[in-house]
Amino acid sequence: MAVVKDRPDTLLEISDLTMSFGGIMAVSQLALKVLTGEIYSIIGPNGAGKTTLFNCISGIYKARAGSIKFEGQEILGMPPHKIARLGIARAFQNIELFRGMTVLDNLMSSREHLLNYGLFSAALHFGRCSNQEEKCRDRVEDIIELLDLQKFRNTHVGALSYGIQKRVELGRALTMEPKVVLVDEPVSGMNLEETEDMARYILDINEEMRITVVLIEHDMRLVMDLSDRVAVLNFGLKIAEGRPEEIAKDPEVIRAYLGESKN
Amino acid sequence: MGDKFQTSYKADMALFQTLWVKVWLGIFAASLIVCPYFLSQYQLGILNEISIAVIGALGLNLLIGYTGQISLGHGAFVAIGAYTTALTSAYWGLPFVVTLPLSGVMAALLGMIVGVPALRLKGLYLALGTLAFGFIVEYVLFHWDLIQGDMGMAVKRISIGGYEIRTERDHFYCLTAFAVLATLCSKNIIRSKIGRSFIAIRDRDIAAEAMGIPLAKYKVMAFGVSSFYAGIAGGLLAHYQKWIVPGSFDLSLSVTYIAMIVLGGLGTILGSVLGAVLITSIPHGIVYTTDLVKDTYPVLGSLIVDLKVGIFGLIVVLALLFEPQGLAGIYRRVKLYWKTWPFRY
Ligand SMILES: Nc1ncnc2c1ncn2[C@@H]1O[C@H](COP(=O)(O)OP(=O)(O)O)[C@@H](O)[C@H]1O
Ligand SMILES: [Mg+2]
Repeated sequence: MAVVKDRPDTLLEISDLTMSFGGIMAVSQLALKVLTGEIYSIIGPNGAGKTTLFNCISGIYKARAGSIKFEGQEILGMPPHKIARLGIARAFQNIELFRGMTVLDNLMSSREHLLNYGLFSAALHFGRCSNQEEKCRDRVEDIIELLDLQKFRNTHVGALSYGIQKRVELGRALTMEPKVVLVDEPVSGMNLEETEDMARYILDINEEMRITVVLIEHDMRLVMDLSDRVAVLNFGLKIAEGRPEEIAKDPEVIRAYLGESKN
Repeated sequence: MGDKFQTSYKADMALFQTLWVKVWLGIFAASLIVCPYFLSQYQLGILNEISIAVIGALGLNLLIGYTGQISLGHGAFVAIGAYTTALTSAYWGLPFVVTLPLSGVMAALLGMIVGVPALRLKGLYLALGTLAFGFIVEYVLFHWDLIQGDMGMAVKRISIGGYEIRTERDHFYCLTAFAVLATLCSKNIIRSKIGRSFIAIRDRDIAAEAMGIPLAKYKVMAFGVSSFYAGIAGGLLAHYQKWIVPGSFDLSLSVTYIAMIVLGGLGTILGSVLGAVLITSIPHGIVYTTDLVKDTYPVLGSLIVDLKVGIFGLIVVLALLFEPQGLAGIYRRVKLYWKTWPFRY
């Protein structure tokens, strides 16, 4: 369980969100609130619309109707990079790392908006550029340490195992210094040990770095252990929301989701 | 825990890291300084051509190799640089220290103007769009009275602070200095946030955006920087050749530059340099072989002359078949081999 909040504000508020592809309603009339500092999990069967929801928040998909407010500001319709710069980071379900770069450069790449020097200073590697790069490197090293990536610092990401790539994916979101990080199935395809490591990282992010986490995950034990609140999606609709122990008992949830995961 | 990288990041981020690299660069620099005393005028001429090609290739590699934006219009930006130099020095009498940067800036501005509509294009469509731009520039070069179309334009020699560069050897020092500067700037850009953003856009544009990288800004910037390099190459070329004609800036120049970076290695600085060296040398190599065999096998000699373009193409195709990563790929493998040398198997 994550930290106790003394004053929970709404960080992210989604209302009436609808997104369809041709005839398929991937997300329909969805409403949810994520509170500052919590770990909020979204579960649901494959194709329920979870990733689509993340893509709408990130601005990668333009939702047809509804509203997405971040810290009270409407972000629906904003371009993805502006949304990211407000403090919404993203770790993708299917690894979307920059394959031509080392781990270090991947982690540095998401700090573009935190570095304030121009082309001229970069080309000559002037003081302004080199000082800022050095500071940037220092912050990135903190994340490298947090995620135990020291050994892989200078390895090209393509040469890494799937589990480590997932970790770099999370790391690249964290080096943005976001307020909230959207994590899409961080432990899918991982073994038990890797899963336990990832669970610890997510707790560290939330408790030590004080970053709000929105988590999509199929691993029910992980969700039950980490989450403050859980929402359940099915066919684009939110069918339940509540504390993990309430969700585990909800008959509709058991029918829609837990039942299915047995096969 | 407690494993945070402790040594100064400055050392880790330095451009030339190991003593070996520094030693080799020292040797390379020394040989550049003394080589004019050992080479013929003709050989120096080839090196001068190479220096100009290196600058152009570095620029194109930033755009195609690093940012993933195809362009068939690079030759047009070289032309813009060359004609900016010719016009501003002939009609306004501006000195070299002004005309050269102006050539770069002029090409960069037009590059950014091309870059904006190019935001909507990808892959083959982008190739076609930049091709069209190249044709437009070519048309203007042939038909604009001021620059005398087909007749071409005379260009003054480079003169810096009253010293006029005349000999092949002086040109060698001057052009090599520009090529080295261009290489260092390129390397610096690539290791900055700008280079990381370029590569991010090339590798995964959607993820790049989700990481807060503004695609439009960096794509336009890539066009601008790449064209700036082309403009500088063009300006230097104009001075060096002393005479420019529109015909030398057609599509085949753009294709030659693409051949350089593909053969040298896309997305590597070293590749831009090696590719420029190789592609510029091949025609001279062919001429050299022809001269060698001309007396003993006259038929073969004239055959080579006839098939010059074909032989050129064949060398490029074969090189790519055997080494798709380009010359930089070979270098990487050799380096890896030596790095692991005591443990090699
Ligand atoms: N880009 C797209 N084009 C068409 N259909 C899509 C697209 N993205 C998602 N969908 C559809 O939307 C539904 C929800 O998908 P998704 O959000 O990926 O589910 P989840 O992440 O919950 O497994 C699925 O039916 C999927 O096929
Ligand atoms: Mg999904």
